Amino acid sequence: MSLLPLAIYVSFAGALLALAAGAHSAAAARWTALLGALAGWGLTLAAAGGFVPAAGLQTLTDVAWIPQLGIRYHLAADGISLTLVVLTGLAAVAGILFSWNIGERAGEFFALYLALIGGVYGVFLSADAFVLFVFYEIAIVPKYFLIANWGSTNREYGAMKLVLYSFGGSALVLAGLLWAYAAGGGQSFALDDLAATAAHFPRGQQVGMFALVFLGFAVLAGLFPFHTWAPTGHVAAPTAASMLLAGVVMKLGAYGCLRVAMPLFPIGLAYWQPVIAWLAIAGILYAGFVALVQEDFKFVIAYSSVSHMGFVLLGLAAANATAAAGAVLQMFSHGVIAGLLFAVVGRMVYERTHTRQLADLQVQPLFRLLPFAAVTFVLAGLASMGMPGFSGFPAELTILIGTWRVSPVWAIAAAGGVLVAAAFTLRVIQLSFFGTNPAGAAAAPEHPLPPLTLAEKSGAVLLLAATIIVGLRPDLLLDWITPALQSPLMQAVWKGGTP
Amino acid sequence: MNVAAQSLWLIPALPLAAAGIGALTPRGGRMLAAGSAITALFASLVLSCLALNTALANPAVHAVHNFAWFDLGAGAVRLGWLLDPLTAFMCVMVTLVGLLIFIFSLGYMKEDANFTRFFCFLSLFAAAMLGLLVANSLLLLFICWELVGLASYLLIGFWFHKPSAAAAAKKAFITTRIGDLGFLLGILWLYDARGTLLFFDGGAGILEHASLAALSGQTVCCGLAAATAIGLLVFCGAIGKSGQFPLHVWLPDAMEGPTPVSALIHAATMVAAGVFLIARVYPLMEADKLLTAVPVHALTVVAFIGAITALLGAVIAVGQNDIKRILAFSTVSQLGYMMLALGVGSWVAAIFHLLTHAFFKALLFLGAGSVIHAAHHEQDIRRLGGLRGSMKTTFATFAIGMMALAGVPFLFSGFWSKEAILHAAHALDGSPALRSFGVVGQLPLAIGLAGVVLTAFYMTRLVAETFFGSARTAEAGDVHENSAVMTVPLVLLAVGSVALGFLGTPAFPWLQARLLGEAEVHGHSLLEGGGLMALSIVLVALGLGAGWALYGRRPRAAAAAIDPLAARAPGVVAALADRLGFDELYAATLGRLSDLLAMLAAGLDRWVWGGAVNVLAGLGRALGLISQGTDESVINASFDDAGAGLRGTGQVYSRAQTGDAHGYLRVTAIAFVIIVLIIVLGGIR
Repeated sequence: MSLLPLAIYVSFAGALLALAAGAHSAAAARWTALLGALAGWGLTLAAAGGFVPAAGLQTLTDVAWIPQLGIRYHLAADGISLTLVVLTGLAAVAGILFSWNIGERAGEFFALYLALIGGVYGVFLSADAFVLFVFYEIAIVPKYFLIANWGSTNREYGAMKLVLYSFGGSALVLAGLLWAYAAGGGQSFALDDLAATAAHFPRGQQVGMFALVFLGFAVLAGLFPFHTWAPTGHVAAPTAASMLLAGVVMKLGAYGCLRVAMPLFPIGLAYWQPVIAWLAIAGILYAGFVALVQEDFKFVIAYSSVSHMGFVLLGLAAANATAAAGAVLQMFSHGVIAGLLFAVVGRMVYERTHTRQLADLQVQPLFRLLPFAAVTFVLAGLASMGMPGFSGFPAELTILIGTWRVSPVWAIAAAGGVLVAAAFTLRVIQLSFFGTNPAGAAAAPEHPLPPLTLAEKSGAVLLLAATIIVGLRPDLLLDWITPALQSPLMQAVWKGGTP
Repeated sequence: MNVAAQSLWLIPALPLAAAGIGALTPRGGRMLAAGSAITALFASLVLSCLALNTALANPAVHAVHNFAWFDLGAGAVRLGWLLDPLTAFMCVMVTLVGLLIFIFSLGYMKEDANFTRFFCFLSLFAAAMLGLLVANSLLLLFICWELVGLASYLLIGFWFHKPSAAAAAKKAFITTRIGDLGFLLGILWLYDARGTLLFFDGGAGILEHASLAALSGQTVCCGLAAATAIGLLVFCGAIGKSGQFPLHVWLPDAMEGPTPVSALIHAATMVAAGVFLIARVYPLMEADKLLTAVPVHALTVVAFIGAITALLGAVIAVGQNDIKRILAFSTVSQLGYMMLALGVGSWVAAIFHLLTHAFFKALLFLGAGSVIHAAHHEQDIRRLGGLRGSMKTTFATFAIGMMALAGVPFLFSGFWSKEAILHAAHALDGSPALRSFGVVGQLPLAIGLAGVVLTAFYMTRLVAETFFGSARTAEAGDVHENSAVMTVPLVLLAVGSVALGFLGTPAFPWLQARLLGEAEVHGHSLLEGGGLMALSIVLVALGLGAGWALYGRRPRAAAAAIDPLAARAPGVVAALADRLGFDELYAATLGRLSDLLAMLAAGLDRWVWGGAVNVLAGLGRALGLISQGTDESVINASFDDAGAGLRGTGQVYSRAQTGDAHGYLRVTAIAFVIIVLIIVLGGIR
């Protein structure tokens, strides 16, 4: 457990080493990166092995950083952090396996990649709002360069939109945090201290602060209608970056909402609850419908990500421990499934066929040409549409159970999203891999495509195994998550801030 | 030997393991895939028989084994296995019919390149279906329910290179999911109300007294009891899966799958899962039956949906020409009868008909498969004819199936199970609500009797067109009886179609007593309902006679010859052939609505939200240009240094659609510094 902070440092060190190795050769850079990511993931798994679930954060490191401002370098973890760092490690390793073919400036690519991962680990392990914010910013910057340098379709536009949205969100978060910090006397940025002082703020102030911080973070979680950075960003990003973007970066936003906005300003949450819930539901349905008519394979996946993140936000908005547990489970689940879907689209298909237009893919017998990719995509698609046996089912079920407790109407509206998800997923499965050539399949020439590499297969198996294991045994993660949601801070949230 | 409830999981687990083996077997390993599938299902059959033996020893006992799936802090989600006569009878039926169909498939799918995949999917289906049967939790039942839906999707779309098959698979999945949405909401509501989804749990289960009393005592919107509302939501799932009106449209299209699939999944077992579901949660469905001040009872809705479906399916079947589609609509109709039986208060009659139907409908579909296989994939009955002589075994067994379905008296199981339903609809013992309706309450019976005539009529037409007269095309002329691997299952199913009737004849109502868990047999005797039975025999004779008069006496001369019924009423037959336009109606309403919403959402995303962002970006760009000159000196050097390594790409950014990247970053950085300075300094002071 106490080794967990090492995951952050190993990632940053790995970034530097990969940069250095990149000067030698691309292969050296990718092996260095893989080892770095594996080391980070190994550390999270080792920590998970020794983890004793408890209510509240367990401190890992706590030293003074900027004493004048009351800022401490305080790292801590609970079951929620642990779930998300394990996800981060998994996504990092899988992402590198799907970037094995990066040849152009591989050192820089993997350096930025691991720097991003380090920042993400840092966010999930911070117990001080300022430290969390710093890591949050560290995670944003490399994304821009990854997309702008190694991306595809309209990459400058996508990268810029994403970065502007991210920084816009950050600005809101920072403003809200500084407001709370200043109003509380400027003593400490520790999350529990901030929460303790915020409890005495007038209702109006809490409502305002919550709005800033929650919205700031929720932008990154893809809250409708502030989601438009996500599709363009995902589509523009290179495969590994879209995997990370959907897999872990969107979780940063949701995590910030759960870890910072909600415990600090429970009264604010109670005030904004219906608005957030309806925006989340709108996102689930709206993004689902948009996905239904996309012509670009990757856009379908990108919008499905927004739709699934709507479930996370709904789980948070329901403001009870059950729905929140479901939301955290859904973060993990979506991280794995979205990673897998983007890997198939971006790496397995696009880099072989050089098209993502469903109309072009439809006329190729892709199922026969890339059977492994087809099976992977079908399984990932089933997971994405909430089929039992995969992690999405217990996650969405738990969110709906918890939401029903607050408002059956919300649960009913959100459950409609499951239907839309089935519709767009089946459509894209059929058009991408199982298309029928209307002009006569026999006449279409079959160009053999390069076979799938071992790295791709390993990455796919890794992610598939994760979604199936959690699908069958959600208790493995829920046993970590549920106690964390019973901490005194979270109890106050579930009670709407009334002591 | 007894089977304890905690080892019941083996029954679905064995086929699941076979599916796993099948999935990992390369295409060449045909015997391994098929062998493991058949062996596993056989082992499940043996286990099911042992389980039946155990269950019959104490028919009133619901033996359960429950365990927690995951804990939510505020309560656990628990699953479990259940052994009672209902589960055991269903397991034996599914494994037995399934085994025969697996064996038949060895022959039918022999030439298919994806033989191993086919057996993998079949095993997956069997596992999910058996899991559904042994579940002691509505959630576990739902999980397996979704998985059978998945297996059905995979198998309907098995020949996905045919656009019609791919479309049918998608349609089946989405249509049944509409029903499943209601089912899921029922589950959520039930869990919220009761904190558990276990059927039986030592008094705390949802089908036990305390829970039922609470749910029927609680009033929700529109004066409905909570039990009624939840019951109807769960029934939505059954409407979808069992092809009931108005979600029946997917089932005929599902015939695009290979014929053994049609027999197993879309006739004998999966589509009957909705009937099983309602029978399983029957205490919940009838929990409201003694309430008088409610607007509607759950079972009344079930009865009318069932009656409408029974008639609708039979009417449309009259106008179909594809051998499999006729049988598919007859399945729709027969499932309607089962729902009708549930609705009028006799779930035992529904299960009895489910069991007999499984045998004779599997027989009919496999018979149709035998014909199709022999006739070079010709499925249009107008283009067949005269097969009586060349396919003797198929003809004889098909005739038995046809007579069982039509309800030819005394010798055939279908007669007895259909009688049980009609008698229940007449007596209305289990449905005080319908009984209080007076004449209206007899409407399901009247509709059921009308269906009897139609069923006998369209089946006579099917047999006359296919097997009598002379071959009308080259395909029909060049047929040979199939090998034993296909005909032996036909013979065994034919035996079952006859013998099964005796389980539940009014003279020997053994099944009813076992299912109800009663020690003594009581119920209507054969004589009590004699008048009704005589009436239905007359109706069957009428249907057979009319069918023979139109199609048998003067057989069709040529494939293109006009249908004698169409000659008399062309408009009606055309409408029936068009399935009364349900598909067109749904495409024009629901389909178009969904398209419209999708286009609207996509347009909003592109023009409104995307547009707003671009406007903001334009403003930012203007700001950037204005401040660019003055800012150079303010920016600290480190920022530029950090960017220097990537300056090359920076040239590209400067030509980017939205403007100069570094300019933005600078503006952002300055804004941050200013905000931090103002607020931090202000706060500290």
